[in-house]
Amino acid sequence: MAFAHLLELDNLQTHLKLRRGTVRAVDGVSFAVDGGETLGIVGESGSGKSMTALSIMRLLPRSGSIVGGKVTFKGRVLTDLSEDEMEAIRGGEIAMIFQDPMTSLNPVFRTGWQVGEPLRIHRHLGSTASIKAAVDLFKKVGIPEARRRVSQFPHMFSGGMRQRAMIAMGLSTGPSLLIADEPTTALDVTIQAQILELLRGLNREYGTATILITHNLGVVAGMCDRVVVMYAGRIVEEGRTDDVFAHPEHPYTWSLLRSIPRLDAEGHEPLKPIEGSPPDMMRLPTGCKFQPRCPFAIPRCSSEEPALSSVRRQQSRCWVTQSGTELAG
Amino acid sequence: MSGQGQPLVEVRGLKTWFPVRSGVVGRVAGHVRAVDGVDLTVYEGETLGLVGESGCGKSTLGRSILRLVEPTAGEVRFKGKDVLRLGSRAMRGIRRQMAMIFQDPFASLDPRQSVEDIIGEALDIHHLAGTRRQRRARVTELLELVGMSPDFASQYPHEFSGGQRQRIGIARALAVDPTFIVCDEPISALDVSIQAQIINLLERLQEQLHLTYLFIAHDLSVVKHISDRIAVMYVGKIVEVSPAKELYRNPKHPYTGSLLSAIPIPEPVLERQRQRIILKGDVASPVDPPSGCRFRTRCFKAQPRCAEAEPGLDTVNLGPHQAACFYPMS
Repeated sequence: MAFAHLLELDNLQTHLKLRRGTVRAVDGVSFAVDGGETLGIVGESGSGKSMTALSIMRLLPRSGSIVGGKVTFKGRVLTDLSEDEMEAIRGGEIAMIFQDPMTSLNPVFRTGWQVGEPLRIHRHLGSTASIKAAVDLFKKVGIPEARRRVSQFPHMFSGGMRQRAMIAMGLSTGPSLLIADEPTTALDVTIQAQILELLRGLNREYGTATILITHNLGVVAGMCDRVVVMYAGRIVEEGRTDDVFAHPEHPYTWSLLRSIPRLDAEGHEPLKPIEGSPPDMMRLPTGCKFQPRCPFAIPRCSSEEPALSSVRRQQSRCWVTQSGTELAG
Repeated sequence: MSGQGQPLVEVRGLKTWFPVRSGVVGRVAGHVRAVDGVDLTVYEGETLGLVGESGCGKSTLGRSILRLVEPTAGEVRFKGKDVLRLGSRAMRGIRRQMAMIFQDPFASLDPRQSVEDIIGEALDIHHLAGTRRQRRARVTELLELVGMSPDFASQYPHEFSGGQRQRIGIARALAVDPTFIVCDEPISALDVSIQAQIINLLERLQEQLHLTYLFIAHDLSVVKHISDRIAVMYVGKIVEVSPAKELYRNPKHPYTGSLLSAIPIPEPVLERQRQRIILKGDVASPVDPPSGCRFRTRCFKAQPRCAEAEPGLDTVNLGPHQAACFYPMS
């Protein structure tokens, strides 16, 4: 059966019930991922990028729940599945790796046993066969001395090695979608380069579609075909990576790209910071959520929230660019 | 302004080792050689960037210079005086001229103190505020200096965002009117959109108050932006030191080269075409570092000689640009 998209989010809404009140962590997010492609989701802490991923996997914290919209994967509506049906998809068809490989491996089990677990659950492999498979997986993700390493415990692995083990576990069942939530944020740059190289190679070799969640625009530039930019629980811009970086159509993306120091900068130009602070999700402004920090805001921005719609080659949630004005200054 | 000032801080042969204990009686089984023989000079008015990966000893080096940890051996000269040999009274006088800005503005501010008390505490310790009114006036002045409204003086840390907390941390550092500030990863805990605000603030303050910075960070693009010169550290040693732009254009040490090539550039077309040096393996252990050059176990240019002898920092000597490598990059 052919599907329009591998994964499709349609107006997803996820709320977090906290003591202070309800946070609309994901507020009407729609996007699609096709087979084999790498989609980047960028945003700052609290922008809703991780909550979007956890909603897809239905791994939300106890305070969180999906209150609207749907997630469709290979034609099945994940948001309607029972917990058992969802369990079969998690770690089988969709795998997820997290920022902190220190806490996502269980310290009391041998790494090979843990990496082989999805195969025992989803492919009904026996213990010996699952560990044999783990050796092959370790080789695939570049863990040296794989045969010896599978019998070691996580604390004997370095941070980069643990992340490799997590990736091995994620890939064990040959998923068609891998969700990587800040997979290199806790790692040093030379180790980050190793892991990104590994993910690139795996995508090339097995055609696994990837959602890469990160705050690092440089990582997106090198890894992603398309990018979704999130702010205050919403998508504010979406498009092909080349287009978004060359010609951002939302003032947030535009400002972000100009505020970061670049290694290849020639002179010493002062940075152009984004004024103000990231929004308080409990007290969001009316109208456009970025408007209080926006250098291009017009009166309409504070009274009415724009929808995400086409601006030139991408999608943008901005009155200013939707009316044809070019961002410059 | 690179290097034309007088030497302000001179570090010579500095070692800071931490004992590793084992067993029930806590016998010393070895040492973490966090800083293991460092020579480094910081000139008046400059920003010296110090980069390296986690565990390389860069934070310990910064703290050793301020004597927040006691070094094991070596010298730290501040305006010519060996700080490590001063008694506590003389040290207090020197300490007033040095300050530190920490990475985590959440952890480094006492949650039970108001902003006024956080900033005022340093004034009290050094008897810099005579009366209550003088103290308040100075706090007001410091808040304005870091771009915050004086109205915030009576509020508590939890009421502020990360960026504002870091501004408070900076105001506290400035309270004693220092000439030298160690900035230890001052922006890495902040949201991307806030980082540029703090970098610009630090640059403005440096110009306004004639400050000298030792700027410690793992992000080379930030360090390159803010620094006049950069020192690269690997497993307790400085492996390369150079004017900032020169280091980027012409890295000599293979470690610097791989570090630079590993940093992603937010420009898709360029980023896809870049040649990357992907290092093998992990950082060497500072408890039991490799013989000779410590980077040789991951180095793509290593030769037998690298295991036999340790290259000094002046092995590559291009004036202000030096590197500790027998087989430097061309």
